[in-house]
Amino acid sequence: MQRSSLSGQRLVAVFMVGCFLFNYPVLAVFDRARSLFGAPLVFVYLFAVWAALIGLMAWVVERRERHERGGN
Amino acid sequence: MLQGPVVIAVSFCYLALLFAVAYWGDKRADQGRSVIANPTIYALSMAVYCTTWTYYGSVGRAAVSGVGFLPIYLGPTLVMALGGFLILKMIRTAKANRITSIADFIASRYGKSQLLGGLVTVIAVIGVIPYIALQLKAVSGSYDLIVGYPALIAPKEGSPVLADTTFYIALILAAFTILFGTRHLDATERHEGMVAAVALESVVKLVAFGAVGLFVTFVLYDGAGDIFRRALEDPQLAKLTAVAADSRSYATWFSLTLLAGLAILMLPRQFQVTVVENVSEAHLKRAIWLFPLYLFLINLFVLPIALGGLMRFAGQGMDADSFVLTLPMSAQQELLALLVFVGGLSAATGMVIVETIALSTMVCNDLVMPLLLRTRALALHAERDLSGLLLGIRRGAIVVVLLLGYFYFRLAGDAYALVGIGLISFAAVAQFAPALIGGMYWRGGTRDGALAGLSAGFAVWAYTLLLPSFAKSGWLPARFISDGPFAIELLKPHQLFGLAGLDDISHCLFWSFAANIGAYVVVSLLRPPTAAEASQATQFVDALKTTRPVGSALWRGSADAGELIALVGRFLGPRRAEAAFAAYARRRGVDDAARLEADADLVHHAESLLTGAIGSASARAMVASVAKEEPLSLAEVMNILDEASQLRTYSRELERKSRELEAATSELKAANDRLLELDRLKDDFIASVSHELRTPLTSIRAFSEILRDSPHAPLAERERFLGIIVSETERLTRLVNQILDMAKIESGNVDWRVEDVDLKSVIEQSAEATGQLFLDKGVRLELDLSPAVPTVRADRDHVMQVVINLLSNAVKFAPARAGRVCIRLGRDADGVRVRVEDNGPGIRSEDREVIFERFRQGGDSLTGKPTGTGLGLPISRKIVEYFGGRLWVESERGQGAAFVFVLPAA
Repeated sequence: MQRSSLSGQRLVAVFMVGCFLFNYPVLAVFDRARSLFGAPLVFVYLFAVWAALIGLMAWVVERRERHERGGN
Repeated sequence: MLQGPVVIAVSFCYLALLFAVAYWGDKRADQGRSVIANPTIYALSMAVYCTTWTYYGSVGRAAVSGVGFLPIYLGPTLVMALGGFLILKMIRTAKANRITSIADFIASRYGKSQLLGGLVTVIAVIGVIPYIALQLKAVSGSYDLIVGYPALIAPKEGSPVLADTTFYIALILAAFTILFGTRHLDATERHEGMVAAVALESVVKLVAFGAVGLFVTFVLYDGAGDIFRRALEDPQLAKLTAVAADSRSYATWFSLTLLAGLAILMLPRQFQVTVVENVSEAHLKRAIWLFPLYLFLINLFVLPIALGGLMRFAGQGMDADSFVLTLPMSAQQELLALLVFVGGLSAATGMVIVETIALSTMVCNDLVMPLLLRTRALALHAERDLSGLLLGIRRGAIVVVLLLGYFYFRLAGDAYALVGIGLISFAAVAQFAPALIGGMYWRGGTRDGALAGLSAGFAVWAYTLLLPSFAKSGWLPARFISDGPFAIELLKPHQLFGLAGLDDISHCLFWSFAANIGAYVVVSLLRPPTAAEASQATQFVDALKTTRPVGSALWRGSADAGELIALVGRFLGPRRAEAAFAAYARRRGVDDAARLEADADLVHHAESLLTGAIGSASARAMVASVAKEEPLSLAEVMNILDEASQLRTYSRELERKSRELEAATSELKAANDRLLELDRLKDDFIASVSHELRTPLTSIRAFSEILRDSPHAPLAERERFLGIIVSETERLTRLVNQILDMAKIESGNVDWRVEDVDLKSVIEQSAEATGQLFLDKGVRLELDLSPAVPTVRADRDHVMQVVINLLSNAVKFAPARAGRVCIRLGRDADGVRVRVEDNGPGIRSEDREVIFERFRQGGDSLTGKPTGTGLGLPISRKIVEYFGGRLWVESERGQGAAFVFVLPAA
């Protein structure tokens, strides 16, 4: 119970971080005519943050699952 | 190979494959071996979110606004992070109440209101029809393109309805949907086969889109870096790689994120796959990240394809919406083009099937059935089995919805790009959000509030987005948009009340949400919730609590079990109803369903079975028609809910109390054991006291009798006897005094006079007092008193009593004439130490504690003559302990004994 609510809080934190990074003004910081790895900066930024968020969500959720199985 | 017949044949083969998968899925479900009981399939079925709008339209939008297509997928990603709370709560509520559509969900929350369910259905149908039109447009457009190969421009429309391929596509999709979704009636409205097919389609569209992406990026161009480098050289294209084309782009970005995030919860088809078709709550966990991952992958190549297409077809005026198809065609990749077409078909059919099934359920349960039950109530009562009618209504609804989509396509299709149409739908279904999410977390929301909010939001949506879309397609004069209705500037639909500076979607979202949320909250607050609203609110708001009141607690009345079974049978079919009630009876421990007692629980069960088939509002109405319900007042409902919550509190309280009680019981038991022990000790004490008193009494009496009976005994003899009598009397007195002392000390009734006591003088005085004893027995007494000893806080008389007691004990056990007793006084770490040593026989180690118990003496008390009262040492120890000291004995058998006590220094 303790743990699952911790995961819930982590997911909410991921949501908030996502809202923060995907919107003005943070978005504007990366929204400039520059390239990174040959691709536009904002394109790389958006997809990198997106991938990181998905990775985080997977980590939070699947970790809990393993723990619960182990706990049973 | 891209001629019409080939393409049509491939399409039908693909649809047949889908149908086979669906059929297999349904078969497996009937056998109880579900194929969709798998978190990955669940997540893939959620990808029905990606329609042709994603498949073709994302590239189109990217070609206009660059990364501006991304918010449509970032919003759902963010909302999925909240899925653990929000979606879980929706799933649990829907399962507990057998809710089968979003209309039913909202209607059920606000007291099972038929009016509200109907309104939601109307909004959903009107809002979603453009979206369905979009799918038809995409399929027919891609078909026209692909059969026009090798030309890359589709022929212009203009054919009459009966010669229009789109019309037939709509009909084929309708037939297909009917086959998928309404082959039989299910009490839970779940379609396992359909979900399996949709999951397969999600894989196909991802593979097809990925194939085009790889082809464009790595075959047509030299990797993504090459595309971006070339694009950045063109200032026109370079603009597409930034978010902020102008200042309002960030506002658009935000509102699209919000809109898409809400759509993932509110779109009827998303509600269907996410909530209604959910097999197990545990599957949600993987979907939380796997579905966003799917969105991520399908969007990875969108911008490269868009830029690649713009550069390849520069100046040819190609429609960017069709780049996905025209790029492979332009490179003569016929097979790839066919795969892309099938992928697009997947995206379209998946959406159309799930959406129309969801809409048909809503239209049937929340629109048609309530009307039928109202207007033809009597006729319906006469009919035996209505399950056929229900299926008929749903099939009809599917055809009607698709035809409406077709006519919207015919009339408005060309005016908008794909993305534009999709967003209109998103904004429409987003209007459900305040009533739905508010209802899940706020108990105060009422039916009137939800009705007002939905109506207001819907009206603003229609005015600011739908009517302008009509104006753009020529149904309304174009001046409606540019000048406002009747040339009223303030009412211009895209700049309502003069609000300029927003794009039309953000503008609509702002005004519609302002109206929607405002009306919902204000009207809800006008009056308290009714009984039905309050009871349903509890079911929804407390859905995640471990214990919540069951619906049956909120029903009171009388019913007949047979009538209820017959009623359910009319809608589910008699056989299914009987099976359902037989299973219920077994659960209740009754052999025969007909012998079931028609209590609140049975009525509730019947209602929930009906809810699955005809929706909550109609189910309530139908149950009310056969059961005589006594309506509960709000106060009564609140009482029941309070009782339920009090019951929860009480049961927690009870658990706590019982734990406390257990602890108290064990304490009591310990105390009781102690008391019993004390009681036993007291009995022992009394027995010992009587025994000790009797010994001297016996000898006094014996000698007195001798003296009385022999008056002529010699004088010396008589004096000896009298001496014994006197000494025994003294012993008796001593004994009684000591018993009184003991009793006083134990009961705490001693008047202690605490003062600074100089132990040296106490010892000297005691030695003087006992001097005669030593002289009598010929024992030598040595004093070894350290002069520099601090005083102690104690009662002088009692301390002297201890010292005298120890001295007389020592002299008692010291051998006559050769005896030697030494008393030492010294400083100790704990305080002042007094040590009384003798050279008597010593004390056996096992007796060293025993001698401090009452009436217990060292040595073998059975044979040895008692030489004391047996109370001296216990009393001494009590006295020393009272002043915070200790008294103990150090001894070895045969080497004398040393009694030591320590008193803390003052």
